[in-house]
Amino acid sequence: MSARAAAARAAGLALLAALAVTPARSVEPDEILSDPALEARARSISEELRCLVCQNQSIDDSAAPLARDLRLIVREHLKSGDSDDAIRAYLVRRYGDFVLLKPPLAPATLLLWATPGLALLLGGATLLARRRPPGASRPLTPDEQARVDALLAGPRG
Amino acid sequence: MIVETGHFALVLALALALVQSVLPLWGSVRRDPTLMGTAVPVSLGQLALVAYAFACLAEAHVAADFSLRNVVENTHSTQPLVYKIAGVWGNHEGSMLLWVLILALFGGLVALFGPGIPIVLRAATLGVQGWIASAFLLFILLTSDPFARVVDPPMEGQDLNPILQDIGLAIHPPLLYLGYVGFSIVFSFAAAALITGRVDAGWARFVRPWALLAWTFLTLGIAMGSYWAYYTLGWGGFWFWDPVENASLMPWLAGTALLHCTSVMEKREALKVWTIFLAIVTFSLSLLGTFLVRSGVLTSVHSFASDPTRGTFILLILAVFIGGSFALYAWRAPMLRAGGLFAPVSREGALVWNNLFLSAACATVLVGTLYPLALEALTGQKISVGAPFFNLTFGPLLVPLLLVVPVGPSLAWKRGDLLGAAQRLTAAAGIGLLVAVVLLAVTRGGPVLAPLGAGLAVYIVLGAATDVALRLRPRPMPVRAVLERARGLPRSAYGTALAHAGLGVTLLGLAATGWGVERIAAVTPGQPVELGPYDLVVTGLQPRIGPNYAETVAETEVRRGGRVVARIAPAKRVFAARRQTVAEAGIVTLGLGQVYVSLGDQHADGTIDARMFWKPLVSLIWCGALVMALGGLLSLSDRRLRIGLAVRGSRPAGSPPPARPPVLPSPAE
Repeated sequence: MSARAAAARAAGLALLAALAVTPARSVEPDEILSDPALEARARSISEELRCLVCQNQSIDDSAAPLARDLRLIVREHLKSGDSDDAIRAYLVRRYGDFVLLKPPLAPATLLLWATPGLALLLGGATLLARRRPPGASRPLTPDEQARVDALLAGPRG
Repeated sequence: MIVETGHFALVLALALALVQSVLPLWGSVRRDPTLMGTAVPVSLGQLALVAYAFACLAEAHVAADFSLRNVVENTHSTQPLVYKIAGVWGNHEGSMLLWVLILALFGGLVALFGPGIPIVLRAATLGVQGWIASAFLLFILLTSDPFARVVDPPMEGQDLNPILQDIGLAIHPPLLYLGYVGFSIVFSFAAAALITGRVDAGWARFVRPWALLAWTFLTLGIAMGSYWAYYTLGWGGFWFWDPVENASLMPWLAGTALLHCTSVMEKREALKVWTIFLAIVTFSLSLLGTFLVRSGVLTSVHSFASDPTRGTFILLILAVFIGGSFALYAWRAPMLRAGGLFAPVSREGALVWNNLFLSAACATVLVGTLYPLALEALTGQKISVGAPFFNLTFGPLLVPLLLVVPVGPSLAWKRGDLLGAAQRLTAAAGIGLLVAVVLLAVTRGGPVLAPLGAGLAVYIVLGAATDVALRLRPRPMPVRAVLERARGLPRSAYGTALAHAGLGVTLLGLAATGWGVERIAAVTPGQPVELGPYDLVVTGLQPRIGPNYAETVAETEVRRGGRVVARIAPAKRVFAARRQTVAEAGIVTLGLGQVYVSLGDQHADGTIDARMFWKPLVSLIWCGALVMALGGLLSLSDRRLRIGLAVRGSRPAGSPPPARPPVLPSPAE
């Protein structure tokens, strides 16, 4: 991370300091669910949800109060037996696709998801189109061949 | 008064930069040696003036001259000296001045150490560098003046942002900028080649050392930044796919591709057009990064919030330079003659493969970073593109690339022998596979990617070792003969192997994150907490007073089997001037792994929240980057590439003759 990233993050933290008197930490001990399997699911869901007031942090990483609220919501829903997808859908209904750090595949994000493949395909196609097989060079004319022979046969200096 | 002279020097530097952007270029078009001769003194003069301006600003910071707005906003009289100095570039104006200083530095270096470069190429290159310098000096003077005074000077400054008060600030930005901005000279070389119309193997040989230098610094800068983020931000992450990080990663990816491509062009005169293209792209990505960070489009997703004039100004610079260079490219590149031919299976072919995947990875990062901005501007729809997206797309793109890393160097130029290469790499690949399988079996039920990644890493490291070993001892021969060969082998061959091995080492560190242990708990002093192979015991919570902060320190013992192996002291600091709390992580390196503890809130019952990690092999992530950079430096020290002696050295048989006889006599000969 560059200094500017640090500066940008610091700006975020400064905002936080204004919002909360004692800056909270990311995942706090009192949030953790007693069931390790549920907790593991909570962590993996949290890692893919954006802290909406932060720069580019997941709610799992963020120390913002909003992130804590979202972590608690995720855990509440897990405890009441919701599936991971249902929880994500619930949060998308509340906050829109913006909350997902991995954007869903939709017409608007098609180009985004296709980029790696397209880049490879385009690059590969360009290479194939430009390829000149090394054997394809023109054969020597008899005249040239004679000169080559003369050079090869001539005395070595 | 000193401050005013600094400001004045900056204005003079702009004047010189304008001269530099006209006279040498005009001279190179007219082939006028007098006009071209202005390039060197003017570049050096510009460097001296910018350096003087920078020194003035630094002096104001060190002297805590609170009549300067930049100093008021970023310094406090109690701040330690190192942060007063580092604080010079810990803000927008000062860091732009550092940017321009490094820009001028690279121009000056080419002027000083470039007598081997054909005068036409050098004049045109410095001319283009002058264009960039003019644009950015103008930007500083018009929108980001670091020398602005305040009407009513306060008694005390506002302190540097606590998160930046770290040795990282002293090291990371200069390194990063040396890399980032260093690619400007490569860009200038490319534009100059297009203007003068001469692109040959000689060009690649002149450019390669500069690309290597910039790449080495960028590698170090990114690694340093990553480590800084890791130990400062307190949640143990080291790469966040933050747009600002992506802004530095993109030039690195393009620059890596460029480095590989210049070697093809230098040896075989192939891929000329593509090399020029990449040289333009790499610096364009640096400019784009500067724009993204400086304009405020990132800090606030909605608008050019921080200062609209800055954003628009840089956008203008961006449009002129990227647009202009690509227009020049489109106009002139078709005139370049295609170079050497090669079979798909050859060293060149492997390097094309490298370029294909690096470019695709770079494009993915670029699109992923800009997509939310573009989508919102076009449709108003807001989406996020974060770490999960990049992990899912960037990772798979790198795998085919990594698999080929050891293969490339073991293929011959022009037409390689894939079967032979496979035979040579059997041992490396076999051991790598074995490592993966054994780890999978041992850690059954654990993460799957970690063992696979570790196996791949071992294969890459051993592959690099195999390459050197086979060059030194291609067939059974006595030790003395091997030593003889070891001395004769060009340093760039060692450099390549070292850089590739470094990549493997980093990959091993990345793979091992899968085996990390994390504990989040309210810790009671005196009671051990189990963390992987270790037990942590907080022995006491002590208040302490620092120069410009107060902190609570948790004295913590790291025990293994009841024996204390290390002591760490994670802390929570409160900076008085900004009333900001910063967690100072306690970290100790044990073997190649690290124990990492970050503190949270203290509770009334005497417990304290803590986030504790055991990260096996994690130090390898940055050690690998150091090894890569070392490989870059070693390659740079190859006498063939030594700056100023660019043409000298043994040429591989069959390569085209150098563009110009060497000018500088070598002291070694």
